[in-house]
Amino acid sequence: MGRYVARRLLQMIPVFLGTTLLIFLMVHSLPGDPVLAMFGDKGADPATLAAKRHELGLDKPTWQQYLFYMRDMLLHLDFGTQIRNGLPVTDVLGDAFPITLQLATLAFAIELIFGIGLGVIGGLRAGRLADNLILIFTLLIISIPVFVLGFIIKMVFAFNLGWIDPNVSTQPEWGELIAPAIVLGFLSLAYVARLTRTSMAENLRADYMRTAVAKGLPRRRVIGVHLMRNSMIPVITFLGTDIGALMGGAIVTESIFNIKGVGGVIAESISRREGATLVGLVTILVIVYLVTSLLIDLLYAVLDPRIRYA
Amino acid sequence: MSIIDKTAAVPAPRGGDHTGPLLEVRDLHVEFHTRDGVAKAVNGVNYSVNAGETLAVLGESGSGKSVTAQAIMGILDMPPGKIPQGEILFRGEDMLKMSEEERRKIRGRKIAMIFQDALSSLNPVLTVGYQLGEMFRVHHGMSKKDAKVKAIELMDKVKIPAAKARVSDYPHQFSGGMRQRIMIAMALALEPDLIIADEPTTALDVTVQAQVMDLLAELQQEYNMGLILITHDLGVVADVADKIAVMYAGRIVEQAPVHELYKRPAHPYTRGLLDSIPRLDQKGQELYAIKGLPPNLLKVPTGCAFNPRCPKADDLCRTEIPALVPVTEQNGADLPGRKSACHFWKETIHG
Amino acid sequence: MPDVTKTATVEDAVATPSVDASAPAEKPEKARSLWGDAWADLRRNPYFIVSSVLIALLLLISAWPTLFTSASPTAGDLVHHFLSKPELSKVGSAEWLGYDQQGRSVYARLIHGTSASVTVGIAVTAIVTVVGGIMGMISGYFGGMIDAVLSRLTDVFFGIPFLLGAMVVLQAFVERTVWVVVFALAFLGWTQITRVMRGAVITIKQADYVHAAKALGAGTTRILFRHILPNAMAPVIVVATIALGGYISAEATLSYLGLGLAAPTVSWGVDISAGVAQIRVAPHVLLWPSIMLSLTVLAFIMLGEAVRNALDPKLR
Repeated sequence: MGRYVARRLLQMIPVFLGTTLLIFLMVHSLPGDPVLAMFGDKGADPATLAAKRHELGLDKPTWQQYLFYMRDMLLHLDFGTQIRNGLPVTDVLGDAFPITLQLATLAFAIELIFGIGLGVIGGLRAGRLADNLILIFTLLIISIPVFVLGFIIKMVFAFNLGWIDPNVSTQPEWGELIAPAIVLGFLSLAYVARLTRTSMAENLRADYMRTAVAKGLPRRRVIGVHLMRNSMIPVITFLGTDIGALMGGAIVTESIFNIKGVGGVIAESISRREGATLVGLVTILVIVYLVTSLLIDLLYAVLDPRIRYA
Repeated sequence: MSIIDKTAAVPAPRGGDHTGPLLEVRDLHVEFHTRDGVAKAVNGVNYSVNAGETLAVLGESGSGKSVTAQAIMGILDMPPGKIPQGEILFRGEDMLKMSEEERRKIRGRKIAMIFQDALSSLNPVLTVGYQLGEMFRVHHGMSKKDAKVKAIELMDKVKIPAAKARVSDYPHQFSGGMRQRIMIAMALALEPDLIIADEPTTALDVTVQAQVMDLLAELQQEYNMGLILITHDLGVVADVADKIAVMYAGRIVEQAPVHELYKRPAHPYTRGLLDSIPRLDQKGQELYAIKGLPPNLLKVPTGCAFNPRCPKADDLCRTEIPALVPVTEQNGADLPGRKSACHFWKETIHG
Repeated sequence: MPDVTKTATVEDAVATPSVDASAPAEKPEKARSLWGDAWADLRRNPYFIVSSVLIALLLLISAWPTLFTSASPTAGDLVHHFLSKPELSKVGSAEWLGYDQQGRSVYARLIHGTSASVTVGIAVTAIVTVVGGIMGMISGYFGGMIDAVLSRLTDVFFGIPFLLGAMVVLQAFVERTVWVVVFALAFLGWTQITRVMRGAVITIKQADYVHAAKALGAGTTRILFRHILPNAMAPVIVVATIALGGYISAEATLSYLGLGLAAPTVSWGVDISAGVAQIRVAPHVLLWPSIMLSLTVLAFIMLGEAVRNALDPKLR
């Protein structure tokens, strides 16, 4: 196990460097000049521009910029500064990230509870009415793009019924975030429900389930212990990888409900070509993704004793 | 009320106050409703087992031998399975008329089952100790700790080396033979009256097969249990069984005490099975094989289901289903326990 | 769009086992019977019939939009005020579904916008299936260093959040045509197919019939294309079909965020994006393209699921 973790950690290094480099290169190949944009319509003389570029290190070759950036980030946790206003990227993200995290956490809770709940109902009644209704419901959810769903919810609950505010305040309470979290988490909820349902329906037919019944165990125990332990393995794997995806996918939801999370920062950084901010954000998301996938792999070994890592 | 209460009150002689066979299956029918039609898996099976007795049920896959066992156990998938007709009497009480809860209490405690593939039949994510101990925890309300002690005892009983050390291992960590021993231990846990073993050695190496069969026979003796041994392997049966029922297309085609059957089969199908066993004294000759394929249960042939494959078949066999009738000596003397469902049983046994 | 990456994980878990399920019925001849069985099953599946009819209709609309409407999607006449109610009884006419803010027929734009979505979906799927399929096959079959390098490369692209990455790529283009969007989605989307294909190939590589083919002296190319590919295609086709719906949804999402297609291109995403401003006074401008978009995504996801259920007897 220890060796496996070590190997996985080693494998994470090239992926981490590769992903950050890729996004760095992508951002740097964007057209437009952030320094020029800084001076707005007035413009500035070439000498000032060059000085500013030098000050920001933008006159060096891209690979050097990348190396300096990574060095500062890894050694000093310094994600650079925004060109436009000189704010440290860590501050910008530090303001925006907690709100997104709050939203993602709530969405995750909704997905977990209702996704597994619906999946269990469907799996135990596979082929019957409740199962078919759940399958159709989840199919619809999967088909409706998040932003469409967002507007439907906003239209119905904010404008027609007046139950919620169309826009979320700057420092949102948990209650305010329920509707956005539903929008963000619904797609995953549908996937969790379907995955749970399929996994349960499949395991229901397993030989060991027949054994459990033949042992004279009560139905509660057959389902609760024997079926659930096995059926939840793929679901937990999915849930694990989904934490990072929810944060990355919050952009749309945040724009619909005017939530001041990372979505706004991303949109702004892309249009203003704020490379440092974007790369910093992606770096954080990549770390979340890498760490969760490692944890999931290790959890997998705990849940399924047949898996042994050499 | 239920059987459980009765037996609980009368602890001593196994078999309780009921005289007569431990288990009796009467005119059992099982069908499966599929998209392609109704598959009649079992068509009027009768058999019985006494305490301490071993009944071997022999047949190809699809003959209905496992389905009958599952019906007895109450683990048929219903739907698509359906039992339109028949009785399954356990100590004189029809289990098909019992409530689900009454049946559950019989399962594992009074009637236990051993499955063919121990690897897939044991839960892969629970330790064997947990799965064994579960029997005691659920049926006897034992604590987790006591149940573990019991589990170790059981593993010793079925001769698993280093039981104490291995009780926390998972099924995949055992060899095939050891896994089957765990299955046996699980079935034996509550010292049931009847054990149904569904092809218990099919998935094992030949060398291990004998060990597992011996163990099963030994424990059966010790506890004086009834045993229904389901198999397609005539070799396994000879040493352990008392009587044999041969099944074909959902019916019993021949019934006989074990050695009688080997000596003088009274059904062409049984004869075919016996002739297709390789024998050392016939080395060099071509091995006999029953021609054709097992019948499609969605459309069983008219008349005797075996007629398309039978060397003796004639028009009568194609139109009329032969009844399972007692078989006698040439002079009419009784042959106890022998029956055959062949229009030409006389020619087959005496010819 | 997170949907796309998510389908990857779900299908990884759900679709790959179909390989095991079909494994006993292998050999080239028998592989045909697997597809034959699947076809027999599909023909009776109402989901398959409904989705096929829908998709056929969508393809027809994309190819010949003028068959369905004579109104122009771009000519706006402010005489038709967007606040005037849609006349739902006049099916197929220009005023059927009302007018948008610039007085353009919503129905005409709906019809003419179809091809953008359908083109993006099909083109991205075609590209990622070929590129990802080849990568996955090489990675899975050869293993070792090649696999290690390709897998890490896949991880790198997979690690970038799909939507965010696509936004950055799109930002690099001044003029964002359909093909630019296709490029952006394919650039980040191929990893999903690579992973599925790699998993399928690794499973199939260990099958007895592949060992048999090797023992009989079949060459690498023959083994790959005659024995492995036909059997590995099943999960890939399923994942690709379902992903196609996801790409269409992703295109619309990017257009909505202002980074995908933009006017003058006619597309549902553009219309939805434009309709957001009038969501309270004229919700129909937003509603109809949303419905069309959801129906289209639904059709492809339903098709993919029907095919998966047909190919994977375990799920029946």
